Amino acid sequence: MMRIVVAMSGGVDSSVAAALLAEQGHDVIGLSMQLYPSAGAGQVASDDGQAFGGCCTLDDLHDARRVAAAIGIPHYILNFERRFQDTVVSNFVREYASGRTPLPCAHCNSDLKFSMLLERARGFGAEHVATGHYARVEQDGFGRWTLKRSADPQKDQSYFLFSLTQEQLARAEFPVGRLSKPDVRAQARRLGLTVADKPDSQEICFVPDGDYASFVARREPDLDRGGAIVDEQGRVVGRHGGVHRFTVGQRKGLGVSAPAPVYVVKIDAASGQVTVGPRSSLERTALTASGVNWIAVEPPSWLPVSAQIRHRHHPAPARVRALDSGRAELVFDEPQSAITPGQAVVFYDGDVVVGGGWID
Amino acid sequence: MEAVPRIYLDHNATTPLHPAVVDRMTVALREEFGNPSSVHHFGQRAKAAMDEARSATAALIGADPSEVVFTSGGTESDNVAIRGVAEALESGPRRHLIASAIEHEAVLNTLKALARRGWKTTLLPVDASGIVSPDALRAALTDETALVSIMHANNEIGTVQPILELARVAHERGAHFHTDAVQTAGKLALDVGTLGVDLLSISGHKFYGPKGVGALWIRRGLRLLPLATGGKQERGRRAGTENVAGIVGMGVAAQAARAAMAEEGARLGALRDLLEHGILRDVPATMVNGAREPRVPNTTNISFDRVEAESLLIALDLEGIAVSTGSACSSGTLEPSHVLKAMGFPPHRTQNSIRFSLGSGNTEADIERVVAVLPGIVSKLRSLTRMPVRA
Repeated sequence: MMRIVVAMSGGVDSSVAAALLAEQGHDVIGLSMQLYPSAGAGQVASDDGQAFGGCCTLDDLHDARRVAAAIGIPHYILNFERRFQDTVVSNFVREYASGRTPLPCAHCNSDLKFSMLLERARGFGAEHVATGHYARVEQDGFGRWTLKRSADPQKDQSYFLFSLTQEQLARAEFPVGRLSKPDVRAQARRLGLTVADKPDSQEICFVPDGDYASFVARREPDLDRGGAIVDEQGRVVGRHGGVHRFTVGQRKGLGVSAPAPVYVVKIDAASGQVTVGPRSSLERTALTASGVNWIAVEPPSWLPVSAQIRHRHHPAPARVRALDSGRAELVFDEPQSAITPGQAVVFYDGDVVVGGGWID
Repeated sequence: MEAVPRIYLDHNATTPLHPAVVDRMTVALREEFGNPSSVHHFGQRAKAAMDEARSATAALIGADPSEVVFTSGGTESDNVAIRGVAEALESGPRRHLIASAIEHEAVLNTLKALARRGWKTTLLPVDASGIVSPDALRAALTDETALVSIMHANNEIGTVQPILELARVAHERGAHFHTDAVQTAGKLALDVGTLGVDLLSISGHKFYGPKGVGALWIRRGLRLLPLATGGKQERGRRAGTENVAGIVGMGVAAQAARAAMAEEGARLGALRDLLEHGILRDVPATMVNGAREPRVPNTTNISFDRVEAESLLIALDLEGIAVSTGSACSSGTLEPSHVLKAMGFPPHRTQNSIRFSLGSGNTEADIERVVAVLPGIVSKLRSLTRMPVRA
């Protein structure tokens, strides 16, 4: 038995994680992070014109609290709004503003859950933090921690965890990592949890309406000045309302009329130019990545891996080698479509995460 | 999971019910169900029970029972007082309201709401001791000031304001004076006549009565419009069928508090001092926030350098010790204390402070346990924090 903190989001996965650990007899403490002022449901206008509930009536936090009460563990909500703003949200805005497509969930895992939350957990006498992620963490024969894909390949979230260090992995627990999603829901029903049938969260939690462009524009109004849409020969084929509205590989919302479908192939934030081209122009064989984290040992030379360039990408055979200053170079065996700057490239050896980095 | 022995040190948030309150309320809930406005026997019984409670509540604050209006609690009392006076004076030349910057949200947000309806408002600063100076009030008053609202004792730091003098200053300029006495009723001997105020709010659950009931004392002859319109209950000042059982419970609590006040005040004051001295002695880099006198006897607010109050509160709760920081918002997360901010403390200090508020169930053994566990918890939190060491 040990004291362990579970990061509870109010969803079914972390709820089951907490319940399973409690059932195993651990001394479980539920912690939820309040990350941003809530909006939407349940707001009542007060007569000072402010919306009530501006600070914290997020339904998910209440779900987490109800689950904690049902399984009989203490539960606390920590206010991480400022930290979340300073790390995850500002990175999100900065990335879009520079023509890249950010991956905030990965930052949240390494910069909040397994950093600040872990630090708080240790202050409460818990040396480990568990989450509801679908991934597995194991120690190999040499004492090194390995991160592996979840038993359920459909739900695997190891892609979002590539940036965890050895120190962080040593303190991470993923109780649902060996289960499939249907198993998790069945466990939730068996345990009588009210969230058993709660839908999976979609999109990015702090932009509930999915309108990333407006979210970014509210924080960086200058971006709305827009710029030119050009074809691969540099001919202007249209105008756009800001580079933050685009992601490499995007087809919809370009407002360009062309005989064949065109896609965003390049975004140049400095000139404000968005380049479009046919689908074939999206294909690339090589990439470089920065901020690379080697979970397994850094390879001395070219290492054969299977590489994944976005959450829903089918990993493809490639070779990777380490470069200086935390960078890496990767060459696919076959060209891949829409290698998107700002997303993560994660290197796998079978189920094992070798490492990963941010696509340049 | 093993049950930890629990020590409750958050009596300024709420108190457990006095056993006599539970007993009396049980009778009221079972038997005195009549509507006090009804003519028949059942109505008369409920009315009689309420009259008794009104006398006991009035006695707690040295008031005449006819001047006591029952409400749903401190927040409603503050609203009725401020909005009621403001509405009564709405068409006149006095369109200015004054409060201190360390008031409870019930007062601060009511002023904000009225400001949006065209009222001028002024918030009086406090110094690092947490006391409002009569000179600051004098400077803020104008011939247009309708009402001044300054709390008797602050809920977070416990400092007691010089109400007698402040009320006199307000009256010199023809303004009415309201005090939120939620944190002193049941703790200090109160006498509305001696205090010299025109309106005074109290709340039942702060002195071992039930939640959802409070009272507003309104000086006879003061004009004030009711918030809710309806029946003629409470002499037309608070419409709606009365919360009879709650009122009866508050009456019993008032009586019990008055009977025990001197002795309990001395006992809690000694325990509080024991706690305060123990912490200052055994936990490095700690400080008491605000003036140590005059203060309600059960409260101390202590700042722990390089500690996040949120973490300390949780770590203590995991040890079975219930304390609080300033104000929690609805999710239960903590916000920097507006009181400590108003006292001029830098941001780090408004977020490293913990309030200990003692009450009837606390013993010397409780205090010794808290003093014994705190140094270890604090040094552990300090060993993990990224907060810089300050000179």
